[in-house]
Amino acid sequence: MLETKLAEQDWMTEVRAMVGREYGRVYAWDEVNAPMIRQWCEIMGVENPLYTDAAFAATTEYGAIVAPPAMLQAWCLEGLHPNNYPPGSTTENPYEVLRLMEGQGYQSVVAVNSDLTFERYVKVGEKLYYTTRLDAVGEQKTTALGTGYFVTLIMSFFSEKPGGNEKVGELLFRVFKFRPANAQPGADAPKTEAAPAAPKIKRPKPGVSDDTRFFWEGAAAGKLLIQRCKCCGTLRHPPGPVCTKCHSFEWDTVESAGKGSIYSFVVMHYPEVPPFDYPNPVGLIELDEGVRLIAGLVGVKRNEIAIGQRVQVEFQSFDDGELTLPLFRPVAP
Amino acid sequence: MTSKKTRRFDEVRAGEALPELAIPITVPLIAGGAIATRDYFPGHHDAEAARKLGSPHIFMNILTTSGLVQRFVEGWAGPGARFGSLKIKLGAPNYPGDTMTFTGEVSGCDADKRSVEVTLKGKNSMGNHVTGTVSVVLP
Repeated sequence: MLETKLAEQDWMTEVRAMVGREYGRVYAWDEVNAPMIRQWCEIMGVENPLYTDAAFAATTEYGAIVAPPAMLQAWCLEGLHPNNYPPGSTTENPYEVLRLMEGQGYQSVVAVNSDLTFERYVKVGEKLYYTTRLDAVGEQKTTALGTGYFVTLIMSFFSEKPGGNEKVGELLFRVFKFRPANAQPGADAPKTEAAPAAPKIKRPKPGVSDDTRFFWEGAAAGKLLIQRCKCCGTLRHPPGPVCTKCHSFEWDTVESAGKGSIYSFVVMHYPEVPPFDYPNPVGLIELDEGVRLIAGLVGVKRNEIAIGQRVQVEFQSFDDGELTLPLFRPVAP
Repeated sequence: MTSKKTRRFDEVRAGEALPELAIPITVPLIAGGAIATRDYFPGHHDAEAARKLGSPHIFMNILTTSGLVQRFVEGWAGPGARFGSLKIKLGAPNYPGDTMTFTGEVSGCDADKRSVEVTLKGKNSMGNHVTGTVSVVLP
């Protein structure tokens, strides 16, 4: 165990020493050209005539067709054959730090940030290249995907000019290089052509016990049921086996009229967890019958939620009826 | 489309919402977008290769996402808007059969530069595929 740790530190020392390193030019195969621009616009659905209509472009400050800014990085990609860069490009690998991590078992990668900034738009005929700087390697992090490192590269894009090369933009690119938490061998991947397009994320289900079943069955039937002590008549929520007032185990339920007011609330902003909508307001509702319960708020703007606001229950069904929840909507006092 | 008006800086207010844009995610969009951006990584055009990577189907590449973000903001701002930056954070993948819906609002206005910042998200059935900010200079 100790040996492994030392070995890891050794290779991380090597990685850390690489931070700040600059890598040479990677050229674009093609100069900025109208056919590639037009095809990009066609597939993206970008309809600005500045990129495709020479007559329109002539009326702008550029006087000619320019490339869509989001296309910047595409000009300099190698194409079909990996690492096959045009003549004059550096023979160094600007991504060598990622290769090094792969050698240590961090074989998976996911892109996290792509931050493009533009100095100016580029015109048809310009020849582009970029240089790369390894900007940062973060501390080891464990995320839902697995354990690994955030790696930040900064690529500066230039236009080659006889009178001096000119910077046209920059890309900050951050990836998470990691060891997957649940590695899935390829052989286990589903093979059917009709595989579902995407796994549908469902609402989390409540844990249902003998004490709480009545509440969820009531919700499914469109009723807001509250537990009541059979001996002393005290209402209680959340449900439990024993009356907190007289300690009786005997109970039944009563249907609430579903009216109440907001006793307190929170608005969830971050992290955004599917399938919920954000900002996500959640209220502590004081029912007119006297008990309080926690429930989602609907039909409210986050800036307009107020303590004391009158609300009324409504029931919403989720995931094709698998789950019905009582939610509260503001009503006039 | 040449007649389409460009929004003027003075017309824009912080908090203004952009019109929603729902984009059906299809095999032609993902594969075509990857090739149009010169990205031949097999996971973007070869379903079998994508499945071997543990994905249910091919998934959209980042450069296509950036292109769609440009379309969303430019569609609202107009042909005379000039992009200063386009910064995105990636989340849930875009697979064929899904729909990504862009929403966004103006989160800042810089009168000196006549620059407007838009904060946006593109959400699919699994959550946010992309969140980010874009700055554009308006006439």
